Amino acid sequence: MFLQALHDLGAGFAVALEPHNLMWSFFGVLVGNLIGVLPGMGALSAISLLLPLTYTMHPVPAILMLAGIFYGSQYGGAIGAILLNLPCHPPHAVTCLDGYPMTQQGKGGTALGIAMMASFFAASCGILVMIFASPLLVKVAFDFGPAELFSIMLLGLVAGGTMSRGSPVKGVAMVGLGLLIGCVGTDVNTDSYRYTFGFMQLQDGAELVALALGLFGVGEFLVNVNQLTVVGGQTKLRLRDMRPSWAEIRRAFPPMVRGTLVGTLFGAMPGTGPTVTTFIAYALERKISRTPERFGYGALEGVAAPEAASHSKTQVDFIPTMSLGIPGDAVMALLLGALLIQGIEPGPQLITEHADIFWGLIASFWVGNVLLVILNVPLIGIWVRLLRVPYRFLFPSALFFIAVGVYSTNNSLFEIGETLVFGVLGAVLVALRFTVAPILLGYVLGPIIEENFRRAMLISRGHLAIFVERPISAAFVAISALLILLQIVFALRGIYRGRNKRSAAGT
Amino acid sequence: MTPTQAQTAAERKTGAVPMLGRIQRDYYAGALMMIIGLAAAYLGHSYGMGSLSQMGPGFFPAAVGILVAVMGVLIALGARQHPPEAGWGRAPEWRGWSCILLGVIAFIVVAQYGGLLPATFAVVFISAKGARGTTIWQAAGLALAMCVICVVVFWWALQLQLPLFAWGG
Repeated sequence: MFLQALHDLGAGFAVALEPHNLMWSFFGVLVGNLIGVLPGMGALSAISLLLPLTYTMHPVPAILMLAGIFYGSQYGGAIGAILLNLPCHPPHAVTCLDGYPMTQQGKGGTALGIAMMASFFAASCGILVMIFASPLLVKVAFDFGPAELFSIMLLGLVAGGTMSRGSPVKGVAMVGLGLLIGCVGTDVNTDSYRYTFGFMQLQDGAELVALALGLFGVGEFLVNVNQLTVVGGQTKLRLRDMRPSWAEIRRAFPPMVRGTLVGTLFGAMPGTGPTVTTFIAYALERKISRTPERFGYGALEGVAAPEAASHSKTQVDFIPTMSLGIPGDAVMALLLGALLIQGIEPGPQLITEHADIFWGLIASFWVGNVLLVILNVPLIGIWVRLLRVPYRFLFPSALFFIAVGVYSTNNSLFEIGETLVFGVLGAVLVALRFTVAPILLGYVLGPIIEENFRRAMLISRGHLAIFVERPISAAFVAISALLILLQIVFALRGIYRGRNKRSAAGT
Repeated sequence: MTPTQAQTAAERKTGAVPMLGRIQRDYYAGALMMIIGLAAAYLGHSYGMGSLSQMGPGFFPAAVGILVAVMGVLIALGARQHPPEAGWGRAPEWRGWSCILLGVIAFIVVAQYGGLLPATFAVVFISAKGARGTTIWQAAGLALAMCVICVVVFWWALQLQLPLFAWGG
């Protein structure tokens, strides 16, 4: 079985390295990187902008190019997240937490170098895992019922809410808000409209790109206008700065491995997006760290682990996306859409019937990563110069890119209005000291978690016990409960200590 | 020291600008969550709750709404843990805020009735004027530069489905 997979992967590399395919892959990586670096543009807008180009192409180069755009813009997005605090691709929300403080401390180059190493390392591991574990993982994923899916997503939400920066109660409130935004639109079971407020355009739900760019683009500009004079402009970034010191590599390596493991583990679960994975990888690092207070203020581990997790997750995520047709996140959904346009049905038969696409794609992710490393070494200076533009010139330009980017996802001006509303909401929430990243988590998982909850309830005829009766599900529920319990213990201890301090002060 | 405590300690050290008197941010935060949660629960309830075995469309949103409202109560209760802060930490930036909002609204309206190119100019020019110290000429220059990028990248290379000029929608 493994030998067969190895053989197929070899054939995949032959497909990916064909000069014609390699050229499109390179083109995709270059354009994706350029678009990804531009503030306000992420993988989603880059892929959706270039999707029409592929309609006339042969399926294999088309998919390879889109994958290249994805990789390039994902890395470009990491540059924006680390140097500008702008997460255009949702998983980078976590990278911002520590990447941006590192830039503020003048160590942006190191953060970028570590992010690049982490993603390359993780993607390579992800491919190895696919070769040796894909037959097994497919089998396990097939055994997952609605109860298991619900429980694992519940764990993701609990972890994402309680372990984000700041107060856990506020984090859970933000996850809830995200779930509510995810409910907007047509209910698939009954065809009734929820929270559409009479807008026809909201029947398909709130747009992911509009939400992300609103919260992190427009909202951030509202908070920062006339407050920031220069964004990361003073840091001179040279090739030498990109190379982390041995001590830094040694410190980043264990989180890299742990992040890769987390990403691999969650990659096999259909429906859990990379955002959950990066949140959990980050939370894990913070929990096991001996100095958790450094997190959020420029901890190297907080950059390495989530970047590694998101890239290994992306690799392994192709198993449920391709074999079950359940995309892990919006980008996977877009790639699936591109396959459908080419007349290729995702499903268990895809791996056998279209082996050239499946394995060629996997091989091209590795080839794309190599291209990306080669490309970014000479071009990082240009990317940085793009970022050295003064903020008062940058945000108006970025607003334009956001407007066009949101428009291009569905050719809808209404969605630019959505972006504006989410932007104001985000600015208000930031002013009230909420961390807005968990909103995206709730939004992405909301519809899937509701669907699986309903199915589980249908199967069990309304008995909630189903979630603890099935062993895999029970394990996930137990971990979630443990996380909540820990938070309550921490909170009570905080109150107790606060009282002691006040009585000791004699007030 | 938990991160929350570290954060408030850092806030205290930076020293907020006194403006609105002493405020308790978390009361506002809790109230906002209660309002959103209860409104969502009320609306969700009206969509039809159903039963656990046969859930209506309103069951899940209503449940989440109640969760959010409960979190709001907890946030407001927890507010007493932190000392009140002296003001919002900054003066209101009405000019910047309104220019950003107006710029995006202008893009939507002008793109509908005038086409992509005037809309590009409008959003960049209006929002650029929201930053202090940007002169009219700088704003116009930036807007023109964006127009060039718009034509080359989005209209010519990416073939965005929006005409450069349109008359009256």
